[in-house]
Amino acid sequence: MKLLEATAKSLLAEGGLRVPVGELASSAADAAAIAERLGPCVVKAQVPAGGRGKAGGVVLCTTPAEAEVATSTLIGTLLGDHRVDEVLVEQQIDIDTELYLAFMIDTSAGMPMVVFNQEGGVDIEDNLGSLERRHLTPGAAIGSDMLDSVCHGLGVDGLDVRAAIEGLHKVFTSTKATLVEVNPLVVASDASIIALDAKIETDDSAPRVVDEVADDAGELTPLEQEAAEKGLRLIELGGNVAILANGAGLTMTTMDAVAHHGGQPANFLEIGGDAYTRAESALDLTLRQTGVGSLVVNFCGAFARCDVMTEGVVNAWLALSPDIEVFFSIHGTGQDEARAMVREQLGIEPYESMDDAIIAAVSSARLREHATQDGDEL
Amino acid sequence: MIVNSDDKVIVHGLTGKQGTFWAGLMSEYGTNIVGGVNPKKAGTIHEGMPVFASAVDAATHVGVDVSVMFVPPAGARAAVIDAVDAGARLVVVLTEFIPVHDTMELVHHARRHGSQIMGPNTAGVVTPGEAFVGFMPAFDDRIFREGSVGVVSRSGSLGTLACLELTRNGLGQSAFLGVGGDPVSGTSTADAVSALAAHPSTEAIVVIGEIGGSKEEEAASVIATIEQPVVSFIAGKSSPPGKRMGHAGAIIEGNTGTYASKRDALEAAGATVVDVPGDIAAAVRG
Repeated sequence: MKLLEATAKSLLAEGGLRVPVGELASSAADAAAIAERLGPCVVKAQVPAGGRGKAGGVVLCTTPAEAEVATSTLIGTLLGDHRVDEVLVEQQIDIDTELYLAFMIDTSAGMPMVVFNQEGGVDIEDNLGSLERRHLTPGAAIGSDMLDSVCHGLGVDGLDVRAAIEGLHKVFTSTKATLVEVNPLVVASDASIIALDAKIETDDSAPRVVDEVADDAGELTPLEQEAAEKGLRLIELGGNVAILANGAGLTMTTMDAVAHHGGQPANFLEIGGDAYTRAESALDLTLRQTGVGSLVVNFCGAFARCDVMTEGVVNAWLALSPDIEVFFSIHGTGQDEARAMVREQLGIEPYESMDDAIIAAVSSARLREHATQDGDEL
Repeated sequence: MIVNSDDKVIVHGLTGKQGTFWAGLMSEYGTNIVGGVNPKKAGTIHEGMPVFASAVDAATHVGVDVSVMFVPPAGARAAVIDAVDAGARLVVVLTEFIPVHDTMELVHHARRHGSQIMGPNTAGVVTPGEAFVGFMPAFDDRIFREGSVGVVSRSGSLGTLACLELTRNGLGQSAFLGVGGDPVSGTSTADAVSALAAHPSTEAIVVIGEIGGSKEEEAASVIATIEQPVVSFIAGKSSPPGKRMGHAGAIIEGNTGTYASKRDALEAAGATVVDVPGDIAAAVRG
């Protein structure tokens, strides 16, 4: 999950880094009052996305009146997929040098790494090749040799910059974040080292370090929101064939096969892992999408047992009695019990192959569309 | 990383519900389970299998070649370190939701001590007719059969589907290697392909990948150098960019990890990339 800048900066401050003096405001009047105290300031939209400066989300203000105008313009607007609810009002810093410093994970090597450059700032995306990278030993403190080489690469040395590097590394390891990035890390005209911006991406599997609510996906549809509240990951795709499968890999594959055989997938919804016992609410969500003309249930049970998942689906199907057709492909752990349930309780014969089930589902959805267009009843 | 029926397997979390269920199935299939680990129940016998305080303890009494983790994320770190310290050649980490910082430490510890970690978040490994370790439906001969096709997959359900398609078309498997769905793994897809390439009874290799990350692109550089023909299916061709598919991060950001980048890399390395899993068997037959 990407944290908001203000949240990330509070974690940096706890780790001993200097950040600009500032406060959050959710109204123009609040922003003006903060600017009154701070003097010349920067108003920064708080959304979990990069490139805010270029998108107009960062405004330099010399007076409280300017801060008020900037805030009233920003609040309520969309930056990327995210609506601005709050702004961070910060004191302006007199900048001498802008550096780049980050800790992240090299997933291919399975190692943490420090990434740095003596030129930070908004154009860093254009200069990714010039960034220096060094692997770090997992679980260990950053060594003095490594500090030497990072300082050398930054072109700045001294106790303050060393403390900032160590402090940022400590934030990275103690929060178990997947990314901690300061761009720019600035040397101010008084030679102090200040984190002018901060980006932290937390690991959903690590213990939570802040109360912030996830907004990674941008705006969710009402149905996606409802799914999230039930602990299910639903992505509405707007197609005509609804999909229920176990595991992200098999669910994506089912979507691909629907598209391959001429249909349009209506959704991504996976009920693998721990979610496999929640088939009933999953089916309910799937069927409430608009424009769904048929349903394909594709289970390949390994850890997730087909009999448990199918029981949920059969119960939900009987309770909801939808007016579309459903096509089953069921294999793997618990398949015999699961197939017997479908056969006996729904009077439907599961398909031997996934492709055959999907071809039938695509054809059913298409027939239904034609029938609806012609005004017939099915 | 390929298991056989002689390997002595220890089960961390043997006495739990899933550990009991799957240890029974593994044992029945032919996996040589020599015991389990649970410090609170050390010295007892669970379903006919001895319970030890640690894998290190088990190693001194019965020997340990392979360890498998049926433990929750909070206990995984200590359990994996125990298994590595016990000298396990292979540690199969089924646990999902291990923080990536913990995974990096575990993988680092295993590398220093010469152990191979499969996973985390893997469904396990299967050597049809010999043994299986994890939670795959190896015992179902409509899905897994002895043969000469090696299969590598990130996803357990998709790996099951691939083996089913092979078996249905008369092609058995020499080994199934589940590398797991997490962004950082002890065994990469490339490592698994290398292991199968060096495995005498593997005559063809099937690589099941997914969008996101760079595991398939890295595997392509190995595929270009091996003798066996490779067939691949990559899930996620129709997935919208910028949306996270499942928790573990099948997500396309920018130009990395896209379907096209993976397909291009694999085809340039000489692999046959099929559009749907139903085409895998025909492509293996050539």
